[in-house]
Amino acid sequence: MIRLEGVSLTRGTFSLEGIDLSLSRGEHLFVIGPSGSGKTLLLETIAGIHGDASGKILIMGRDMSGLLPEERGLSLMYQDYSLFPHLTVAENIGFGLTIRGVPGNETATIVDNLVARFGITPLRDRYPASLSGGEKQRVALARALATSPVLLLLDEPFAAIDPMLKSQFIDELGRIRRERDLTILQVSHSREEVYALADRVAVMIDGRVRQVGTCDEVFRSPASREVAIFTGYENILEGVVTSDDRRIHLLVAGGIRIGIPQGTPPGTRMVACIRAADVVLTPEGSHGTGGLRIADGVVASTRNDEHGVSVTVDCGVPIISWFSHREMEQHQWRLGQEVGVLLPSQSVHLFDSDHPEEHLISHS
Amino acid sequence: MPPLLRLQRDPLVVVFTLAGGILVGLIVLAVLSIAVPELADPFHLAGVAGEPGVMESLLLTFLAGFVAVGILGLLGTPLAYLLARNDFSGKAAIEGLIDTPLILPHTVAGLMVYLLFMSRGLIGAPFSRAGFFFEDAFPGIVVAMVFVAIPYYVDGVREGFGTVPVRLEHVARTLGATRWQVITRIVLPLTSRHILSSALVAWGRAIGEFAAVVMIAYFPMVVSALIYQRFATGGIAESRSVAFIMLILCLILFIGIRLLTKRLGRYDDTP
Repeated sequence: MIRLEGVSLTRGTFSLEGIDLSLSRGEHLFVIGPSGSGKTLLLETIAGIHGDASGKILIMGRDMSGLLPEERGLSLMYQDYSLFPHLTVAENIGFGLTIRGVPGNETATIVDNLVARFGITPLRDRYPASLSGGEKQRVALARALATSPVLLLLDEPFAAIDPMLKSQFIDELGRIRRERDLTILQVSHSREEVYALADRVAVMIDGRVRQVGTCDEVFRSPASREVAIFTGYENILEGVVTSDDRRIHLLVAGGIRIGIPQGTPPGTRMVACIRAADVVLTPEGSHGTGGLRIADGVVASTRNDEHGVSVTVDCGVPIISWFSHREMEQHQWRLGQEVGVLLPSQSVHLFDSDHPEEHLISHS
Repeated sequence: MPPLLRLQRDPLVVVFTLAGGILVGLIVLAVLSIAVPELADPFHLAGVAGEPGVMESLLLTFLAGFVAVGILGLLGTPLAYLLARNDFSGKAAIEGLIDTPLILPHTVAGLMVYLLFMSRGLIGAPFSRAGFFFEDAFPGIVVAMVFVAIPYYVDGVREGFGTVPVRLEHVARTLGATRWQVITRIVLPLTSRHILSSALVAWGRAIGEFAAVVMIAYFPMVVSALIYQRFATGGIAESRSVAFIMLILCLILFIGIRLLTKRLGRYDDTP
């Protein structure tokens, strides 16, 4: 239904390069990527803000790339909501209808329905300056929906919301999307939002789309080293392929040996990407279960967060393991404790160092 | 301890108050030096006000100032928007050119205006062939006022446009607004206070101009020229009365417009 073909744009030293993406009707596609990777620029380009972009933007088979923003029938919502400060809530929501010449009584009916749907009826005559972040978000979303856009472009819509309210708003957006069969392209940094709402995810790095797939495909099988780093692979280990009598290993600094599949030529430089949650620790002297032992080391540091504890083991190079708080209570890893490091099968993603976008294999 | 007393114990506040007080005091003394003798002799003041030419000169000055600001609004507002919203090669040079009237001696500005708009000037010549003259005429006064007030208007309005996030324009366009509608429905309402404020400053600058105006149009006489003429021919008392009338009218206008625009551009219904 919506297809981008080779969309490119240069702004100063930054470029969007040959973006190819497609969305089917009613799909919720997320674009994720590090700050400065061009995500917002991509949304603006689709919206027609940057008239000098090249490539094709096809909506229902019609090429929109030559059209002005007001002719495209899309809605764009920024993370700061960009409400018009001189207009009331009702005027903001009705702006797109008024400007398109929709009769006043029809506009009023649509606005009334939207403020009722979003639970902001008491706010309809207020100005944006007096609204909370959550209220502004509802107004901005209602305004974006008032014109019944064929595609809704959302630029980090939950970034400015109190974390306590965020999950409530995520659920709300999901409900609205289902109610209205909306097609949404959303930019986000949050894995929580992606897992809750996304049908598919596109990873964008340095102005290029590096991988498109379902959440599991992107987060479990990164297509490149960059995607692995961005999607949270904490352990990025570079080494050289070596062979002994029977097996082939990736030899990493510190003497760490990671088993890799037969057939990889010795001497090849490769990168192993491993999630901290996949790294298993076992006390020194214990054989351990749950994977192949790749190194021994000493617990160098631990770091708590709301979900669990990251344990960094010094094996010559640091290897990070992650435990839930409950697991941590069971294991009681201490600073200075000698431990063995194990990796389960299918937990290592290998990439050729000289061709970092070439995903060789998942292996242990 | 009351806040005022607390402030008095802060040596920085004391030093800054003394320094600022000298400037404020200078302005107050200057106003009093005109106002006190005039208020002490209201009959003389009324007599001067009733003299032929005085009220005409005041009306001429204010009207020329309004026309100059109108022209600045039509030509300067688009320029200010372009400068606020775009980066292009040569932008710094254009900004420097706009500010030229700020740094030039007013006689130089007057000479420039005269050379351009005199009957043999680059712009004045084609107009004079059509029977339209700038020298010693109302249009000459207006162009001189426009020239000296350009930076005051353009810089102020450009700053105002800069306060409107460009994303508001983007959102408005995706909602269906054309470029023109974005300007009229979003940008101008949000900068109305800056525009009025800049217009007021430009108008004040325009009606106060002397050198640039008299070089192209000594007659009909604007107030600044009239005050100088009275000072040169009739002495202090004659010129002071005209100056006092001008002062009072300007104060009334400035304060009135400031009060009218106080709430303009503030959209906050927070109790």
